[in-house]
Amino acid sequence: MPDKALPPKEKFDLIDLFTRSNGAVSLLVIALGFVFGSLFVLLVGRDPVNMFSALLQVVTGWDSSRGVWNARYIGEWFVASMPLVLCGLSMAFAARTGLFNIGAEGQYIAGLTAAQFVALLFPPIPGLHWLVCVLAGLLAGAAWGGIAGWLKAKYTVSEVVTTIMLNYIALYVSQWLTHAFAPGANTYRTKAYPATSLLANPWIEDLTNGSRLGNGLWFMLLSVLVFWFIIDRTRLGFSLRATGFNKEAARASGIKVQSAITTSMVISGAFAGLAGVIVSMGSFSYGRVLPGMENYGFNGIAVALVGNVTAIGSLLAGLLFGMLNSAQPLMQSREIPKEITWIIFGLVVVFISFRNGFKLLADWRAKQRTKS
Amino acid sequence: MADYAIEMLGITKVFPGIIANDNVTLQVKPNEVHALLGENGAGKSTLMSILFGLYDPDGGSIRIGGREVKISNPNDAYAHGIGMVHQHFKLVHNYTVTENIVLGQIPRGFGGNTDLREAEARVAALSEKYGLNVDPRAKIESITVGMQQRVEILKILYRNADLMIFDEPTAVLTPQEIDELMVTFQRLKAEGKTIILITHKLKEITEAADRCTVLRRGQVVGTVTVSDTTEQALAEMMVGRPVTFGIEKAPAQPGEVVLSLQGLTVKGDKGNEAVRNLSLEVRAGEIVGIAGVDGNGQTELLAAITGLATPSGGKVLLKGKDITRVSIRERIRKGIGHVPEDRHKYGLVLEFRLDENLILKTFDRTPYSNSLGLLNTAPRLEHAQQMIEQFDIRAGQGPFTKARSMSGGNQQKAIIAREIDLSPELLVVAQPTRGLDVGAIEYIHKRLVDERDKGRAVLVVSFELDEILNLCDRIAALSKGEIVGIVPADHADVSQIGAMMAGVRHA
Ligand SMILES: Nc1ncnc2c1ncn2[C@@H]1O[C@H](COP(=O)(O)OP(=O)(O)O)[C@@H](O)[C@H]1O
Ligand SMILES: [Mg+2]
Repeated sequence: MPDKALPPKEKFDLIDLFTRSNGAVSLLVIALGFVFGSLFVLLVGRDPVNMFSALLQVVTGWDSSRGVWNARYIGEWFVASMPLVLCGLSMAFAARTGLFNIGAEGQYIAGLTAAQFVALLFPPIPGLHWLVCVLAGLLAGAAWGGIAGWLKAKYTVSEVVTTIMLNYIALYVSQWLTHAFAPGANTYRTKAYPATSLLANPWIEDLTNGSRLGNGLWFMLLSVLVFWFIIDRTRLGFSLRATGFNKEAARASGIKVQSAITTSMVISGAFAGLAGVIVSMGSFSYGRVLPGMENYGFNGIAVALVGNVTAIGSLLAGLLFGMLNSAQPLMQSREIPKEITWIIFGLVVVFISFRNGFKLLADWRAKQRTKS
Repeated sequence: MADYAIEMLGITKVFPGIIANDNVTLQVKPNEVHALLGENGAGKSTLMSILFGLYDPDGGSIRIGGREVKISNPNDAYAHGIGMVHQHFKLVHNYTVTENIVLGQIPRGFGGNTDLREAEARVAALSEKYGLNVDPRAKIESITVGMQQRVEILKILYRNADLMIFDEPTAVLTPQEIDELMVTFQRLKAEGKTIILITHKLKEITEAADRCTVLRRGQVVGTVTVSDTTEQALAEMMVGRPVTFGIEKAPAQPGEVVLSLQGLTVKGDKGNEAVRNLSLEVRAGEIVGIAGVDGNGQTELLAAITGLATPSGGKVLLKGKDITRVSIRERIRKGIGHVPEDRHKYGLVLEFRLDENLILKTFDRTPYSNSLGLLNTAPRLEHAQQMIEQFDIRAGQGPFTKARSMSGGNQQKAIIAREIDLSPELLVVAQPTRGLDVGAIEYIHKRLVDERDKGRAVLVVSFELDEILNLCDRIAALSKGEIVGIVPADHADVSQIGAMMAGVRHA
């Protein structure tokens, strides 16, 4: 019979779950990444248990081989995760408006560079100095993203092309500016930042046994909230999402899609710019002449993908990849090749394309059901 | 000789979520015109696509002259003498008629040069034989749509097809061209061809067909001899219940002028003047219909009224105020509702839920968002619930249903609900019922008449002349971007409007 209702569900159906829930697919993909990662470890003749104990130590601070606990590992896990989360949010926010922002890296560099200069040049007023650094980084990232957005909105230049080019421009301009104009600059660093510019937070430092984690944490958590709030709760988010899904319908409904595109890139860039501030004022005590791309922006693409371009998803995926990152030295000390983390990372990204596989499977099953 | 030229036996074709063809049997006698009747979505195109080798059936068999055959691609179909004229022509516009016809099997002369002379001669001969009147050397872009269709017919004749499938061939034609096509059918039949004619228009069947197979929701309702039946009976078979023809409505009570177009000129995609120096008035309390064949400037005209395009000349006035250059948002606020022709492209965000789609044009106003720019959920849901009840929108999860998962008829009802609810001064409606079933069509027509009776100005564009004739109070015929004539609907006759649609000025 045509139009016949689907048969009532008798029992829990795994494939149904995966075809309906993107989150479930992400979890499956991550699990698969670890299964294959373990197989590789076995293949090179090491014990995967050691890999997992390294990961456990990153997340809980508990060193199971020596039976000691050190909260610093937890702090460092967050330090490694924060720029990934933020660059993930940057990518995800643009994606929600139908844009492919490959430029989080450039926006990150813009934010980092602006913050470095403010840190070195702004009067060292306690309590204000570091806030101004954060603000400068946010604005610089936003502006860098906004350029690509404006070019797309005004001249329909593909944001993919402009953001890639802007990444290189950001890198070279940052190198030149820092090297030429930053106080006390040599070929790789500037003089030390004044203490008033740092994001350090004694309370967190204490709690995490001297890790580098500081006030950046609040900004990251706030960003996750802001992302969700803008997208889900505001008029602006509504118009951005409508534009992302169907630009023509949005335009016909009176939404100014051109300004939606620019706005979206501005916000997207601000997230990445913030990542730059957090790395530069949180993890370092001096400004750097960047030796090359730092790749947070590119990894952010993977974070957003695995996180289903949602706020909470990007947070979780960023923490996952941050965990892999900061587990590297611990793995080496356990004789696990650290490259395994990159293999797992790569596998997860490749497996995420399963999502389409599940759609095909869903179609096929719907067909079978319609038949019977 | 076998009893049937072609038999499709127990054909089943399943798409995800729907059985497009459910154990369908179609038997076509040699040298007959066999109509395939059914509402939109009944499975006609699917069945013919299987016969033409475009789809693999999930069950059933095909016999030609009594012998079972397998048709897995269009080349197989041609090898068995089956040709198809698709609803959307597949012609290369800057090629000549002959070049299009031989495309894919280009004849080569000495030295590898394309030798078209022989082909041209054959095309000319075929055109002569079937009275098609096609110039083999004309460029496709310079000939009419009706002529292009005849090129498609020549294309399959050139490949020696004996069974010719026509998928809704009249959808793109003017009434005169339709008459000519009917004559062509008789000619083809006289020359021994067998024809399958897909349609949902009853008149064409009683005019041209010998027998008719009716499909409803993927199943065969029956096969009848046309001379033994009536249009009423066929309609009931098609829809599954008695249907009323025509719309009951009181005479219009036109009031003040709401929309006034003055010497409007709008450029098309290719920089041509798609609408040329067009003037038209629509008053409160009347429905004005634009009759015309697709591609005569309808899209551009509506774009200029709704703000999607800026005219290159002339003025658009709403209640006497010039809105020619006013933004889309501002026009929406001034009360112009627009039901777009392409509802998936312009009307809905398919990934959005029904409640969100219902406020797509009003989300930035109270009560749906507040002065701080935050969205209010409760009024949105309440509004959706109201619209669902008022407009009889059927959606599985109510306001939370994804627009994508709703049926075409209900998607259209949602758009119409939204646009009427904007409380427009003016409702601009393009193709209000394309692709919808009879129930939804009746409902939507009734709603539009209701809006008229409430004193709204309604402008309707439709390619279905019957719809225009039934629904509208005044009819403007559009041809090549110009209004050729305006007639009151109660004095309109089909051949007169048809002539105007073809560009003949009102005598
Ligand atoms: N390629 C396809 N994938 C999924 N569903 C399809 C496809 N083609 C047609 N359908 C569905 O099959 C049904 C029959 O369609 P069709 O044969 O085009 O109807 P008709 O030509 O009678 O209007 C419709 O419900 C349509 O949505
Ligand atoms: Mg069809």
